[in-house]
Amino acid sequence: MKSNRKIIRKILHYLKAYWFYMLASVFFAALSALLALYLPVLTGNAVDLVLEKGKVDFDGIKTILMQMGILVAVTAAAQWIMNACNNHITYCTVRDIRQSAMKQIERLPLSYLDQHPTGETVSRIIADVDTFADGLLLGFTQFFTGILTIGGTLILMLAIHKWVALVVILLTPLSLFVAAFIAKNTSSLFRKQSETRGQQTTIIEEMVGNQKIVQAFSYEDDAEQIFAENNEALRKISLKAIFFSSMTNPCTRFVNNTVYAGVALFGAWAVIKRTLTVGQLAAFLSYANQFTKPFNEISGVVTELQNAITCAGRVFELIEADPQAAEKEAAAVLSDAKGAVEISHVDFAYTEEQHLIEDLSVSVKPGERVAIVGPTGCGKTTLINLLMRFYDVKSGSIAVDGTDIRDYTRHSLRTSYGMVLQETWLKPGTIRENITLGKPDATEEEIIRAAKLAHSHSFIKQLPKGYDTVIGEDGGVLSQGQKQLICITRIMLSLPPMLILDEATSSIDTRTEMKIQDAFARMMKGRTSFIVAHRLSTIKEADTILVMKDGNIIEQGNHDTLLAQGGFYAKLYRSQYEF
Amino acid sequence: MKRLLKYLKEYRVECVLGPLFKLLEASFELMVPLVVKRIIDVGIANGDRDYIIKMVLIMIALAVVGLTCSLTAQYFSAKAAVGFSAKVKNAVFSHIQTLSYNEIDTLGTSTLVTRLTSDINTLQGGVNLFLRLLLRSPFVVAGAVIMAISIDAQATLTFGVTVLLLSIVVYVIMRLTIPMYKKVQGKLDQVTSRTRSSLTGVRVTRAFGLEEKEQQEFADANAALVAIQVLSGKISALLNPVTFALINFGLMWLLWEGAVAVNVGRLTQGAVVALVNYMSQILVELIKLANLIVQVTRALASADRISSVLEIESSMKEGTKAPEWNGAPATVSFQNAALRYANGGENAVEGITLKAAAGSTIGIIGGTGSGKTSVIQMIPRFYDATEGDITVDGLDVREYTYASLREKIAVVPQKSVLFSGSIRENIRWGKADATDEEIMEALKMAQAADFVMEKEGGLDYMVAQGGKNFSGGQRQRLAIARALVRKPAILILDDSTSALDYATDAALRKAIREMPNSPTTFIVSQRTASIMHADQILVLDAGQVVGLGNHESLMKDCEVYQEIYHSQFGGENEK
Repeated sequence: MKSNRKIIRKILHYLKAYWFYMLASVFFAALSALLALYLPVLTGNAVDLVLEKGKVDFDGIKTILMQMGILVAVTAAAQWIMNACNNHITYCTVRDIRQSAMKQIERLPLSYLDQHPTGETVSRIIADVDTFADGLLLGFTQFFTGILTIGGTLILMLAIHKWVALVVILLTPLSLFVAAFIAKNTSSLFRKQSETRGQQTTIIEEMVGNQKIVQAFSYEDDAEQIFAENNEALRKISLKAIFFSSMTNPCTRFVNNTVYAGVALFGAWAVIKRTLTVGQLAAFLSYANQFTKPFNEISGVVTELQNAITCAGRVFELIEADPQAAEKEAAAVLSDAKGAVEISHVDFAYTEEQHLIEDLSVSVKPGERVAIVGPTGCGKTTLINLLMRFYDVKSGSIAVDGTDIRDYTRHSLRTSYGMVLQETWLKPGTIRENITLGKPDATEEEIIRAAKLAHSHSFIKQLPKGYDTVIGEDGGVLSQGQKQLICITRIMLSLPPMLILDEATSSIDTRTEMKIQDAFARMMKGRTSFIVAHRLSTIKEADTILVMKDGNIIEQGNHDTLLAQGGFYAKLYRSQYEF
Repeated sequence: MKRLLKYLKEYRVECVLGPLFKLLEASFELMVPLVVKRIIDVGIANGDRDYIIKMVLIMIALAVVGLTCSLTAQYFSAKAAVGFSAKVKNAVFSHIQTLSYNEIDTLGTSTLVTRLTSDINTLQGGVNLFLRLLLRSPFVVAGAVIMAISIDAQATLTFGVTVLLLSIVVYVIMRLTIPMYKKVQGKLDQVTSRTRSSLTGVRVTRAFGLEEKEQQEFADANAALVAIQVLSGKISALLNPVTFALINFGLMWLLWEGAVAVNVGRLTQGAVVALVNYMSQILVELIKLANLIVQVTRALASADRISSVLEIESSMKEGTKAPEWNGAPATVSFQNAALRYANGGENAVEGITLKAAAGSTIGIIGGTGSGKTSVIQMIPRFYDATEGDITVDGLDVREYTYASLREKIAVVPQKSVLFSGSIRENIRWGKADATDEEIMEALKMAQAADFVMEKEGGLDYMVAQGGKNFSGGQRQRLAIARALVRKPAILILDDSTSALDYATDAALRKAIREMPNSPTTFIVSQRTASIMHADQILVLDAGQVVGLGNHESLMKDCEVYQEIYHSQFGGENEK
């Protein structure tokens, strides 16, 4: 509850920007609810002026009808304005929350993003915020008007006739009890249903998702059998769950009808006793008809609101996660880096328990080509994370051109590196946009020259719209190798002073790779380069080879000296030829 | 939708009884204002308390009968809707099993999964709602009008005009908002896609210092979403106030007409109250109806998507022959075979002519996209050759029944997929009745026995969905064991040893060669080392055959093969 209050305070903070709309919404909600409630009173008054043959007060009715006309017009207008305000508040608040979530993503340390699966974060920003919006909208439109309607109805009923009102007040809670009783009993059925449905989704994802394997092993009949069994179980439990939950409406309606009958009975007696008029009875009956509705709505809204608050909580968790360390005030801008990289006594760990890099020291001269080799999990990718300052070192330091990288702005440090990763990433957009990421003002000639160097020009030309072909989120029609070529083109275009190539050609077949190597070799000339690769041909030409194992550099030297040493590298090298 | 209706047929009785009981309930509800009229006109007018009690008891009786009818209706509707969706699900699932790879490629498995799950759920909800409410609401509206007319024929005009106007308003607003909802959904998809892309590309955006550009693009997508949301909100917000106003104007008109009628003695005071009550009932039902139409439209869209799956026919025809097979390795021969995928323009591979003797090993090598996998996919008829023929043991693969052809063949796919279940269950995919000895034997050959025995429970160790609790290399070896347990006539390894180190890879190949009845083996690989000892090596480049022969002959006269070899063994054979 306490944390809920905190979340609500944060929601209010976002809502503050729209205080005017909120004020308008509340005002018009109150107006429309109260006016709408007054209508049955007027109708009742009109009925009372229509007694019997010859006893009809036409002038009185005219006045009442005119009042009603104005009332209806004002109420309808107020309803519309209230709805429009609510929509505006909700959608704009949601936009603001999404925007700050996005801003946060750009500021979060990579450790956060690496630890939280993408799907989860996306669902916080999209699905959770949507649920929150639904709840907020429903809350605005129904919660407030609901309470006003209940309160207003109560007052009006009590004003018209105390005792008949009491009948309504005593009987109505029954419907709440009935609804709560059914809800309590169906929740376990729903839980079972969602369990079975979860199993079904797993079966579907596995069997249909891997349909090709299912067919390759002639497993179709077994798959159908497994599915049919689960489907039957789901059918049975769904039937129960749906039926029992659908009892709520008829049952509350039954209670409602009973209340109605009660009002009719006591109201009619009151009319006979002359403490109530027929018109007032009619008004009472229409109140009795409407009275339980806001109750049912509010109980629905409360669940929705709780849900909305939980969802908002998840979004705020993301928004409030600790951002990466702020830039130093006097952070320098690294420009035209020469490329001297000094790694000294670096310790690093992703988690407290597991030390990945311990006391690592390497000195790289400007223009040197450094190859990093070693078995999986030896810390190659971690080293790159540290060089790019995606993660900060725990102790020790990394310096570029003699200055600690923490004293540069992140932006200038990172743009000094050209990076191609094994996992290619293309943004949704045109191929041109993707190539010019690092150099937005590149001319057509520059783009084509870079594409030719990276051997991507020929396949890009063959695409339906060439460089203007739009590619989707996952690269769409492009093969893994082609995506990697586009990532290489980016670097060939922007030509930053230092390079990081992490398995940059892993998806490209060996022949194309050999052709690109020339271009790479030319590009690397004069540029400090860090290369992670498993192909020996790439590694052999490096000035320095760092052999890493368990976060330490166990050997360091060039190809010939390392072979001569006969250590880990030599063993690794020879294993490629063994059978 | 038509295609799906036949699954509803079995619930014909429920489909009739559900709405019927709903209508009964509605009829009882329609009688209530009449009873109230009696109370006012007879009970109150005569001061007859007993009469009032009698009428109230009738109202309670109506409520009880209404409750019973309504519950019965809910039961039948739920039964029909749930049963229907279960039947449709089974049908769609079975139908997917008959589709060939070509259709699966075109549709994409993720679409199929969504259609089987969320689309069918939406449909089930729609059918349930339809059976319960769609007949009820128009019935109540019509019933209320009829009852009103039976009280006073002259009220027809008032009611008719009001209902007509209301229907028009509801229709127009729905017509305007439904397409708008689709647009909102489209914009939301864009925002989602931007978000996901920013997350997956966070390293690249930061490396290029593009954080602000990303934000700006997200802000644009976000603003477009809000603009359309606010617009559609403004229009759909009209629905309630407009219907409210219309019905109340109708009510005022009714009061005036009623006043005139009472004045001349055509109507009683109670009748006017009853008429007013009917007018209110109409309002409630029309609003329900509007919400309902939205839901039913959604369900219809889902129904369309589901039946479009059922409409797709497999592009392959199953053969009829199922020759006896004694477990011996098979001969495989390609005669000028070519394969073009349904959704790709050019031939993925062409001009394949190859004879594999029983028990021999065929290596297939080439760069990415050179068509290696396409060649082997034609053997088990995952795809049919678009030109030329493939025969297994002398019989065209298109003449075999699927089961008799695929029974002979074991495939280890590029992506090693495991299923949730025990290790034993996973291996048994290869051979349903495999004994533990057979399974262990296969695991040993696949070099997987060691790590399996280290797991708690050995063969009973549970594989998580997608095989997440095993490393890539372990998954590959389990997938290989699953294939070997079949003791197939043809074994296809589709680049399936990429995560194994060279020594394990070599040990595996040795084990396969030493199997009794050692199968005819196709090895697809990027690594020369994996295929250089094969009897024949097929070298592919951009879908064309550029070499066929053994290692020695290819090293002599196949330039592409030499290039591949040197790129991997550069050290020893520098040009």
